[in-house]
Amino acid sequence: MKISLTVNGELKTVDIADENTPLLWVVRDTLDLKGTKFGCGKAACGACTLHVDGEAVRSCSYPVKFAKGKEVTTIEGLGDKENPHPVQQAWIEEIVPQCGYCQPGFMMATAALLNKVPKLTDEDIDKNIINVCRCGTYYRMRKAIHKAANLQLEKENNESKEL
Amino acid sequence: MKVKPIYIFLTLSVMGLLFALANTPKISAYEMLEEQSQSSNDDYNMMMDVLTHQRCMNCHPSDNIPKQGDDSHPHYFGMARGKDDHGFEATNCNTCHQSENNLNSGVPGAPHWALAPASMAWEGLTRQKIAERLLDKNTNGNRSHEELVEHMTEDDLVLWAWEPGIRANGEQRTLPPVSKEDFKKAVENWFANGAVIPSK
Repeated sequence: MKISLTVNGELKTVDIADENTPLLWVVRDTLDLKGTKFGCGKAACGACTLHVDGEAVRSCSYPVKFAKGKEVTTIEGLGDKENPHPVQQAWIEEIVPQCGYCQPGFMMATAALLNKVPKLTDEDIDKNIINVCRCGTYYRMRKAIHKAANLQLEKENNESKEL
Repeated sequence: MKVKPIYIFLTLSVMGLLFALANTPKISAYEMLEEQSQSSNDDYNMMMDVLTHQRCMNCHPSDNIPKQGDDSHPHYFGMARGKDDHGFEATNCNTCHQSENNLNSGVPGAPHWALAPASMAWEGLTRQKIAERLLDKNTNGNRSHEELVEHMTEDDLVLWAWEPGIRANGEQRTLPPVSKEDFKKAVENWFANGAVIPSK
């Protein structure tokens, strides 16, 4: 069965035997985008978080059939070294990762949150960023999330001035 | 001729007796109210056996926190009602729950997965109170009896209780103690018989 979806801005068509295959495996194994990680396999830890039509979803528990015709964004599509997303920039500046395994999921969850709540509070973070980090980098992540919010607001202000 | 009062009294008594006998309904003419009431109570009890089961009650919380499992523990990760019964802005029900059960991850799902509105909180209430809230338009989503029957017998999320899927470890989730078909009949009968809430 062929399923077409847009991944990081590019239209992709995948030939898949089982439409209930988790989107995570399609992204990692079929499309070879290894940034999104497998953690628990039951939508609990958030390591597999990516965006579908701008919404954060746990891709280990998201059948690829639901992504048909939709826009999927992975950590690779969030930004790159030359043009990092404010979340990626803040993560680098705050030196957040320890082992790093869970960080893409946290960054995708944070990017989704900033799109919904640009001026966020600690309470917003507590409610929305509920992924799991076994290294315990939560303190640095909280600092990075606030920094990312400021960077994103600065970026938007600069872009509006240029217009 | 003078009639003795005793004869007048006896005549009137016999006439009264005959009149009473003629107008007394036969046993078969009585409605079996007790029987019908018992039947209505059975429907009510069967319906309530389902509504108070964790498959239903876990999403009708009184503290705005969804519950999980047969032990109805608070939903992991601090998930809560949020502003629109779907959780929080970026992490909400649909972050993990889709429109159908996921047999790979064990995450349950059904169309319009969400908490029941706060006005429909049933957790911790007696069966009688739950029934009162069910019938009260202020606490039932402004539904008429007909709309309640439709909601309770046709809504995909309600009927998910009988197809709750498997847990992450592959075990089947517990089903309500009444079959879907019997529940539907009980709901239809209870409302058809006036939706009487037993006092005890």
